This record gives sequence, structure tokens and C-alpha cells, in this order.
Amino acid sequence: MTFFYHFGNYILFLKGMFSKPEKLSVYIDRTITEMNNIGVGSLSIVVIIAVFQGAVTTLQIAYQLISPLIAKPVIGSIVSDSSMLELAPTITCLVLAGKVGSHIASEIGTMRVSEQIDALEVMGINSSGYLALPKIVAGLIMIPMLVIISIFLSNLGGIIAGEASGILTHEEYFQGARESFLPFNLLFSLIKAFTYAFIITSVSAFQGYTTSGGALEVGASSTKAVVYSAVAILFSDYLLAQILL
Amino acid sequence: MIELINVSKSFDGVEVLKNISTKFETGKVNLVIGSSGHGKSVMMKCMVGLLRPTSGNVMYDNRDFTNLEYSQLREVRQEMGMLFQGTALFDSLTVEQNVEFTLKMFTSMTPAERKDRVNFCLEQVEMQGINDKFPAEISGGMKKRVGIARAIALDIKYLFCDEPNSGLDPVTSRVIDELLKSITEEFNITTIINTHDMKTVFDIGDDVIFIYQGKNEWSGKVKDIHSSNNEMLTNFIKASYFD
Repeated sequence: MTFFYHFGNYILFLKGMFSKPEKLSVYIDRTITEMNNIGVGSLSIVVIIAVFQGAVTTLQIAYQLISPLIAKPVIGSIVSDSSMLELAPTITCLVLAGKVGSHIASEIGTMRVSEQIDALEVMGINSSGYLALPKIVAGLIMIPMLVIISIFLSNLGGIIAGEASGILTHEEYFQGARESFLPFNLLFSLIKAFTYAFIITSVSAFQGYTTSGGALEVGASSTKAVVYSAVAILFSDYLLAQILL
Repeated sequence: MIELINVSKSFDGVEVLKNISTKFETGKVNLVIGSSGHGKSVMMKCMVGLLRPTSGNVMYDNRDFTNLEYSQLREVRQEMGMLFQGTALFDSLTVEQNVEFTLKMFTSMTPAERKDRVNFCLEQVEMQGINDKFPAEISGGMKKRVGIARAIALDIKYLFCDEPNSGLDPVTSRVIDELLKSITEEFNITTIINTHDMKTVFDIGDDVIFIYQGKNEWSGKVKDIHSSNNEMLTNFIKASYFD
């Protein structure tokens, strides 16, 4: 019952965001600021994770498949498909749930407990729309971009690891990646990225917005935002794979 | 003028406000007094729409605030300013951006016009020259003044102040009191102040309502407080003299 109560409140929160903006230009400015916070602010961690993810996957696939019967380009095809289908969107977004999600929840939660959200309401501003909508829109734009960067860098990591360890050359890697490439895989990856972006930003904003109490509760909201986002990402990961593949 | 008609508010079946009816007149400093936990803040939150009364009506110049459509509600809210107990200034914005906030959201002023208005509001509260500071960089008293400047940035008709003197030293408290009094008279607005500081009451108050256990226990002019026979009010005032 508690789940349905909170889920109902989450839906009402999302519905409450959509009213005529007080001033569109302010919302656009806020969205651009949030795009910078979410996108540019997360770039370094995404780069590090993506490169190592591709490199480690290449080494481990090679370890499992090394055999004279298996052509080396197969390693490239497995790494590139895994990156596109699962590693880049899901792992990147799980990390972003921690970084971006906790930031959103603690920012909005602090505003709630210090009466800043009440101040917005008294001014006649739709506080949920003003605070959450630019973050959600920014997330929907920037997180898929980060996922695309992650796919690219993951493959780059794979190539570097293959060359450095002497497992396979970059020509062999490209050959495998090219032969197994399906445009639908990229589309599937982007569908995942959009879904996860919405989950991370909206769940975290909701957790922050419904905070009550003090500093302790802001911390708890931040933790809940990460945990609930991660669980929702994994659940929707399974659901999307079941429906679309 | 703001009028409360039989306003009640309950939380989980516990009645915190009990059938409160009263009027707050324009151009006057109206004070709501009472001990902590007796419903002053809940009453103010019902008046500004942060809480919905369980029953009763809040009227703003004959507009029933409790039953307005969202767009009309927004219009009335743009006529309100509120100074929160903890000031509620936006941490991520500078003093200038805080005061400018409602101007940017609700007016079509040019940046130059907005800057002039911000400077005018900051002058009113004697806070010139701190435009680029962040709330974390100024003192509690300065934050209260900036909070007042933000509240009056639009041409408001109603000013709400929740415990404006809490956490301030006696000298700064008196400065804030005088500021609220002068703003009320200069702009002819309806000012409502929640307080349990009797010095504020006698220094700047016009009308007073005493809330006791969620009820309107006594209301009248400040000058009539001492001649009141209400036992609860007398006890409250006696206790505040020993604070």
C-alpha cells in the first residue's frame, strides 16, 4: 500500500509540473544551466568509466574466448555490441544516478527544509515546475549525449587495451565491430538512455521535493533518490530488453 | 483588507486552528501573538495558501482565496510578500538576484529598470552596496532586511512576517520593527506579523489578535491590551515581561 501511495504522489508531482510557465525565458535559462550541470559536470566521470569499461571488457572477453577456433574480430564485435546494448547506457546511468540524482535530491531537499520552496509558492510560482522541469528536460537532452560519448569511448578503451596487450589489432577490432553492427542497437541504446534520464531526474527531484525535517532527512532523501533510481533503472532495463529485443 | 471567516485546520484529526474569525486592516501593522505551538504559524500558512484550511474562508479584499482557480490564485499571490522566519533567501542567487527574482518572473521590465527597482528596494531597507553578496556572506539581520526588500520588490498589497525578530539581537530587532512599520505606512499595505515579542507589539502594533490553543482568544487595539480582563492574555503578557 505504501508503494502505491508514494507512486500516486510521484504521478501527481509530475502532473503538477505542467502548467503554463510564468516566464518561458527564465525556464529556458534554467534548462541551459542544468544542461551544463548535468552534462558538462558529469563528463569527466563518464569518460573515465567508459574507457576502463571497454578496456576491461576486451581483456575479459579475450580471456574467455581465446581459442584457435574463434576469430579475433569476434572479440571486437562482442565488446562493441555489449557497450552499445548494455554497458554504456546502463552502467553510465547507474553512475549518473549516484552523481546527478543525489545532487538533485539534496539541492531540492535543502530548499524544502529551508522554506525556499514555500517562498516560491507564496510568490505565485509553480515550484515543482520551476525546480524540477528544467532538470528533467536537461537530463533528457544531456544523458543520451553522455551515453553516445560513452559508447564511443568504451570502444576506444577496447581498442587501446587490445593493442596494448597484443590480443587483437585495431583493424581486427573494427572488422568485428563493423560486421556485427545493427542500427537498431544504437536506437535501443538511446531508448534506454532517454528512459533512464527521465527516471534519474524525476525520481530524484520527487525525493528532494517531498523531504520534510532537517539536514538528516535531506541526507536520507539523497540516499533514497540514488537507491530508487538504481532499482528503477535495472527494472526498466529488463523490461525494455524483454519488450524490444 | 484580509478577513478570516471561521477558519479551522486539523492535522490527522487534531484541530490546530479552531474557528478563527478576524479582520486585518489595510495600512496597519496587525500582530498575531501567542505562545509557540498555539497555531500562529499554521494560521499564517493558511492565509498565504501554503496550507489549505480544513474549513472556513480567507478573503483578500472580498476575493475568496480558499476557492480561487489556480490562475486567480497566482494573481493574488503576486500581491503578497512574505518574510520567513529563516528568511528563505535563495542560496544560489546573490542579494540582487534574490530581490530581482519576482521582477524577472512577473514583469516585462528591462534589465536596467529591474536594476533600478532592486536598488530602490535595497535602499528602503538600508542595504545598498551588497548586491553581489550571497546570502551565506551576510549576517542574520542583513538577511532579514534583504528578505523584506525581496518581499516588497513587486507592488505588494499584503506583507506577512513570521517571527521577524527571531534570532536577532535587541538593537537589530528594533531596526527591523521600525522598517516594517515605515514600509506599511509608506506603501499603505496590510502587514501581518507573527510574534511573541511584546516590545514589537507595543512599539509598532496597531491591532492585535491573541491566539491561544488554536482559538482567537482576544483581539483588539494595542492600547487596550493592558486593560483586558482576559486571563490567558494577561498571563502571556506577564510571562513575556520576565523573559
